[in-house]
Amino acid sequence: MKQSRFRHVAFYVMVLTVALVVLFPFFWMLSSSFKTQVDIIAWPPRLVFKPTLHNYVKVFGEQDFLKYFMNSSIVGISAVGASLLLGLPAAYSIARFRQKRLSVFILVARLMPGISFLLPWYIIFSRLGLMDSYIALILSHMLIALPVIVWIMSSYFDGVPTELEESAMVDGATRQRAFFSIILPLSGPGIVTATTLSFIFSWNNFMFSQVLSMERTKTLPIAVYNFVSYAEVDWGGVMAAAVAIMAPAILLTMLFQKYVVKGLTMGAVKG
Amino acid sequence: MVRTGFVEKNLRILFPLPAIAFVMVMMIFPIAYTAFLSFTNWNLTSGQPLNLVGLRSYARVLREPRVLDAIGRTFLFTGGAVFVEAILGTTVALVLHREFFGKGLMKLLLLLPLVATPVAIGIVWNLFYDPTIGLANYALSILGIPKLAWVSDARTVIAALVVVDVWQWTPMISLIVLAGLAGLSSEPYEAARVDGATERQILWNITLPMVMPTILTAMILRTVDALKTFDIIFAMTGGGPGYSSETLNVLGFKYSFEYFKMGQASVILVFLFAIVLLCSILIMKVRDRTQV
Repeated sequence: MKQSRFRHVAFYVMVLTVALVVLFPFFWMLSSSFKTQVDIIAWPPRLVFKPTLHNYVKVFGEQDFLKYFMNSSIVGISAVGASLLLGLPAAYSIARFRQKRLSVFILVARLMPGISFLLPWYIIFSRLGLMDSYIALILSHMLIALPVIVWIMSSYFDGVPTELEESAMVDGATRQRAFFSIILPLSGPGIVTATTLSFIFSWNNFMFSQVLSMERTKTLPIAVYNFVSYAEVDWGGVMAAAVAIMAPAILLTMLFQKYVVKGLTMGAVKG
Repeated sequence: MVRTGFVEKNLRILFPLPAIAFVMVMMIFPIAYTAFLSFTNWNLTSGQPLNLVGLRSYARVLREPRVLDAIGRTFLFTGGAVFVEAILGTTVALVLHREFFGKGLMKLLLLLPLVATPVAIGIVWNLFYDPTIGLANYALSILGIPKLAWVSDARTVIAALVVVDVWQWTPMISLIVLAGLAGLSSEPYEAARVDGATERQILWNITLPMVMPTILTAMILRTVDALKTFDIIFAMTGGGPGYSSETLNVLGFKYSFEYFKMGQASVILVFLFAIVLLCSILIMKVRDRTQV
């Protein structure tokens, strides 16, 4: 009896430790974003301080943060939308016709280092005068989104019973019609998973945007990175910027938690 | 009628065709182009046309100590990070694999580092590692240990970066292993209890062997991603101090977009590509074997 109570306490101590370790950097980022420079450089570090919104006012006021926020949104939404158009039919075909080779082909795009395509893209997009254009950025981010979408959706379609479209086809509908009017409307959860994850990956992407975008199409991660290089010592401002960039991805994750877990762990577990 | 019949009959190819075409143009062709460039000595800033030099470009790059160091460092970083993540991640999964109050919340917490923007994460850790105001040195001072320079010291920079990678990606292994544990059949457990096995025996002789394929898959997935780690290293150190935290990906990026030595950069990228490809083939092999 005594031992089981000890184990119970020990268990919650372990859970709490894990939670604290995971949360602490987020907590420190958030609290520093409300600190004045004096509070940030204080030694020993201060847990109690008078919060200020000064850093947020400065970041959103002086920096073109709203513009970068819009750029990130435009690129992310367009890339995910276009990738859904290409990826959903491809995933359906992989699932229904058991095209294992094709699924491996698309998976390779997820595994390969992005920089091995980035160098040629840089040369080609410069020649075409497409540097700092939305189209180049969207195309590059599509290569992030498409494999995620095909990967998640092909296994989702795998789980949708074939009887559904077969009965429609018996009634005279073509297979492509059955796909669009019967299978797709039933695939909400899968599409939510694929859309959320691929949007987050595009939102967080640093390397492609760092090379392909300049002042006009600059996305948030680049803006945050540049902010640090220019204003190394202004930790409060940098932390406010970091909070602003992480907030959308974290909100999406909280909203679609179950889907995100499934999407991230899928494929690593058999079945 | 005939026309719709054509679409339907060839749906298998027509449906994925746009996606295949896109990947061919955006990935396969660029990779081939990079491979071609690796046999040249093209330098974008020199203004000279590109010259085919064949394998001499490889010989030249392989003689650079900076490149050899980066290759070794890439393996060191990856091996260190994945090893720690596998042990910690599996331990956390084994602890959390039971019903308890707040389990849903714990799973949400584990997701947060995985979706957080790596560049921003790197900046937050730079604040921790700051030699004068950072919490890392404050923790050391409480313990009575002399201060370290963390990412500003060539001797500690890789370990400090591994810590960040471990913080961000251990939850990935935990979540995958948790999903694997949830899928285990209960029969061996019942049999073991009937036979009077202790909990420790059950853990080592039943649970771990059964969940091992999942742990291995998670480790290989992590290996492929860790080999390519770029955002955190580039944002936190830019490959420094000196060249001391340059991995293949960071070095390839600098050769390409800071020095514009496209030929030599391509050789580096071919190396990185080959290493990642080998690991990816390993993934497919392991997946095939565990899916029987």
